[in-house]
Amino acid sequence: MTWTAWIPVLVLLTSLVPAVVILLLPERRERLRTALSLAGAAAKVALVVALVGPVVDGRRPEVRVPFLPDVDLVLRVEPFSLYFLGLSAFLWLVTTVYAVGYLRDHGHHRSRFFGFFSLCVVATSGVALSGNLVTFVVFYELLTLATYPLVAHDQTPAALRGARTYLHYTLVGGVALLLGAVWLTVLIGPVEFADRGSPAVAALAASDPGTLRLVVALMLGGLAVKAALVPVHGWLPKAMVAPAPVSALLHAVAVVKAGVFGIVLVVDMVLGVQVAEDLGVLLPLTVVACVTILWGSVRALAQDGLKARLAYSTVSQVSYVVLGVSLVSATGMTGGVVHIVHQGLMKITLFFCAGLLAQTLGLTRVSQLAGVGRRMPLTCAAFTVGALGMIGIPPVAGFVTKWWLGLGALDAGEPWVLAVLVTSSLLNAAYFLPVVARMWWGKAEAGAVLPRPVGPEAPWTMVTPALVTAGCSIAVALGAGLAFSPLSMARVIVEEGWWP
Amino acid sequence: MGDVVLASLLLPLAGAVAAAVAPARRTVAVVTAAGQTVLAVVLAVTVLRDGPVATAPGGWEPPLGIALRVDGVAAAVGLLAAVVVTAVLAHACASPASTGPATEPAAGRSAYWPLTLLTLAGLQAVLVAADLFTTYVALELLTLGAVALVALGGRGAYGPALRYLCLAVLGSFAFLVAVALVYARTGTLTLDLAAAALPPGPALTTALGLATVGLLVKSALFPLHAWLPDAHAAAPTAVSPLLSALVVKGSFVVLLRVWTALGGDAALASVLAVLATGAVAWGGVLALRAAALKRVVAYSTVAQVGYLVLLLPLVTPALAGGDGVAVDVARTAWQGVLLVLLAHGLAKAAMFLAAGTLVGVAGSGRVADLGGTAARAPVVVTAYALAGVCLAGLPPSLGFVGKWALLDAALTGGRWWVVAVLLGGGLLTAAATARVLAATLREPGPGDGPPPGTPHGREEAPGATALPTPRAGERWPALALALLAVVTCVGSAWLADLVLVGAPPGVGG
Repeated sequence: MTWTAWIPVLVLLTSLVPAVVILLLPERRERLRTALSLAGAAAKVALVVALVGPVVDGRRPEVRVPFLPDVDLVLRVEPFSLYFLGLSAFLWLVTTVYAVGYLRDHGHHRSRFFGFFSLCVVATSGVALSGNLVTFVVFYELLTLATYPLVAHDQTPAALRGARTYLHYTLVGGVALLLGAVWLTVLIGPVEFADRGSPAVAALAASDPGTLRLVVALMLGGLAVKAALVPVHGWLPKAMVAPAPVSALLHAVAVVKAGVFGIVLVVDMVLGVQVAEDLGVLLPLTVVACVTILWGSVRALAQDGLKARLAYSTVSQVSYVVLGVSLVSATGMTGGVVHIVHQGLMKITLFFCAGLLAQTLGLTRVSQLAGVGRRMPLTCAAFTVGALGMIGIPPVAGFVTKWWLGLGALDAGEPWVLAVLVTSSLLNAAYFLPVVARMWWGKAEAGAVLPRPVGPEAPWTMVTPALVTAGCSIAVALGAGLAFSPLSMARVIVEEGWWP
Repeated sequence: MGDVVLASLLLPLAGAVAAAVAPARRTVAVVTAAGQTVLAVVLAVTVLRDGPVATAPGGWEPPLGIALRVDGVAAAVGLLAAVVVTAVLAHACASPASTGPATEPAAGRSAYWPLTLLTLAGLQAVLVAADLFTTYVALELLTLGAVALVALGGRGAYGPALRYLCLAVLGSFAFLVAVALVYARTGTLTLDLAAAALPPGPALTTALGLATVGLLVKSALFPLHAWLPDAHAAAPTAVSPLLSALVVKGSFVVLLRVWTALGGDAALASVLAVLATGAVAWGGVLALRAAALKRVVAYSTVAQVGYLVLLLPLVTPALAGGDGVAVDVARTAWQGVLLVLLAHGLAKAAMFLAAGTLVGVAGSGRVADLGGTAARAPVVVTAYALAGVCLAGLPPSLGFVGKWALLDAALTGGRWWVVAVLLGGGLLTAAATARVLAATLREPGPGDGPPPGTPHGREEAPGATALPTPRAGERWPALALALLAVVTCVGSAWLADLVLVGAPPGVGG
């Protein structure tokens, strides 16, 4: 037992302790609240950095607590856990800074907000570090519960309705996941996540493929709700009523990502890609992912609300991850895994900008954005980077993803997927480029007077995070070939861990 | 250790007497409950380490004497009872209104303290009694204490209390007839000896049937539940938690013992399976529809009793000499249901305390009038929410551990209907909690609270000061119980081990 063995628990505590303390703080203790949030976030980033060395050396810090007499709760740092944990730790830090600015003038119930915000991160970190299915289910459901107060934060009837829809979808999805997880545990004992899949699952696939197929369908069906796959994506646009930092977190690291992270875990660390292919679960997954990619984009076209457009864009973009891991090809899987980070960076940038526009100028609709680039150039520049990335234009991260996914589709012998990718990129362009064009070159309509600029365009606490994540979206693409770039990490995870 | 068992019986009785005559009622009651908690911890640790503790006070040995025995179930439920009573008494100390309406004569309120300890003594006696007649006496003591507590609710509670008394006495009577039948046939009142001496046949079936029906009336299994929502909702705030979390558990534990000792009955088990399913569905739906907050919580108890009764059909095949799989199912189900029982005890006590406090804060008992309470009483609403999470069996909570084990048992045994009941019931419970939470988050009507987005630089928005907020002592006991229901999720394996100590051989004890 070395010091690294306890790091998984410390990682959870860096957000659990702030969460509990902040929830108990009175509303006016703003400085202490901010300090706690930032200290927790910074400590988590530091821990993640400290973990990189040991994990590269092949160590897998692990903590076990008995849950039932023969089932343990397990936290373990695998390379894939660290990859997702790193994303969430970094984006949490950035989003905390942004949220402090966002809520400074217009906030209410801020202790509740930041408390549950931190609790969300506990849940996300727990999801990332889960070493077996039980642990995953525990944190996955905790995430549902911790995000409910955030979605309902504004307490308006619309917010409460959105939150209720969110809860209905995710709880029912959780039931399917729970049933699948218990069933699998009954069949083969506690299911530990392992590279190339669990051997016990492989044995079951040989002896009773029918039951295993049913179990996997239940689990994937449950996970699909949070991953917002068509046809169970309906909660995501409704959850748009949440404040912008929450939407950013929901779409980039927490809820939606936990869903796809779970799907990737089931396919690559429970079944293993070989067993998954033999069972025949990959092709249906590819089809669902493609349908979701196209349907999300088509719906995004028709949305005038900026956040609604971004929400449908998330439905579409997150499915690239599912598409990637459903391809029987190391290249395709790498494309999927790398998009977990890429989509997170780009989408969080876009939501930061949407929040900036709404909070500073009160603009929430695409049709109101004409000429706003002259008033808020930095915000609109960040938005442009995110939008170009989503379309897949180099040198932004989205291009790297689409390149690898395309190669993977050919490699896996599914050339029709290329057509989906091309169509989707065209649709992406069709719903993002008009927004960008209107921002920079649009003429403000008569009567729609933008307020006169006074001083900086917005509080630095809100602009800086957007610029940082936009910069990162470009950096991860330009530096894709370097060691420890998301792409290199994804390649290591897939080629050394998962590819048979 | 026999002395500790005896002490755990006598301490609350002595406390009840002292609280009835001494002027410092509250202090006596709280000190007694705290002492009982210490005894319960000692007993639980002993039982976990050394196995069941048996004693026969006064040297009256079986087959006729008073036999006391603390097995894992008794130790675990006894610990639950001591913890819950301590927390509820702490709440009652802080909030005189929670022990009865101010309009009642002062004697009513002061009776709360001895009656609570009497009920605790009755429950402890039910748990440790090892012979049937002592069990009967203990059940009566428990019932009388509980009925008197309901009546503390004032005029509106007299009717429900009387109805509760009638039904509970009828249930006791059925149980007594069953005891008499067993004694007439076997000449012993000790359960194990009687079970060995009683051959299968009409006598055994009749005794089992009578005992089951009588005890289920007391535990309020659907469709014999009608008294419960009235009684539990009419009782004062500091009484409802005791009734829902503890009193209904006493008769259930007795039923579990009688059922497993007498070997169960397959036909009766099928009927119970249907009734348990009905309880989960009916209680769940009515909790979702009830207009009054305390009735929402009370109907949730009706549903939870259904989960508990699920255990009987699940253990019956193993009792009838089933194979290894049947024993496996029975053992896991036993652990699961008892964890659910403990989880429900903690969570329901927290929920009723929170509900009572919220009713006071909102100034109305209706769910629809709860608007704005989340802002004025965030701790209480958090306690309610955490308790709801535990009752719905969502992670992370003890209820989830119990549900996982029960699902495991149901899937291992191929009982798909149990799976459906568990998952469907969990969703209904979650929906009922979400409904209440949404109501507390809703903005109150115009003029009685700050609108959203009010700058909080000035904390005291005009109009907000006049609205009541809970006192400190009303916040923390409920939150403490709810947190306990949640954090026991981690490392709950010892509880699962504890409840198996001294369990019947058929379930792998």
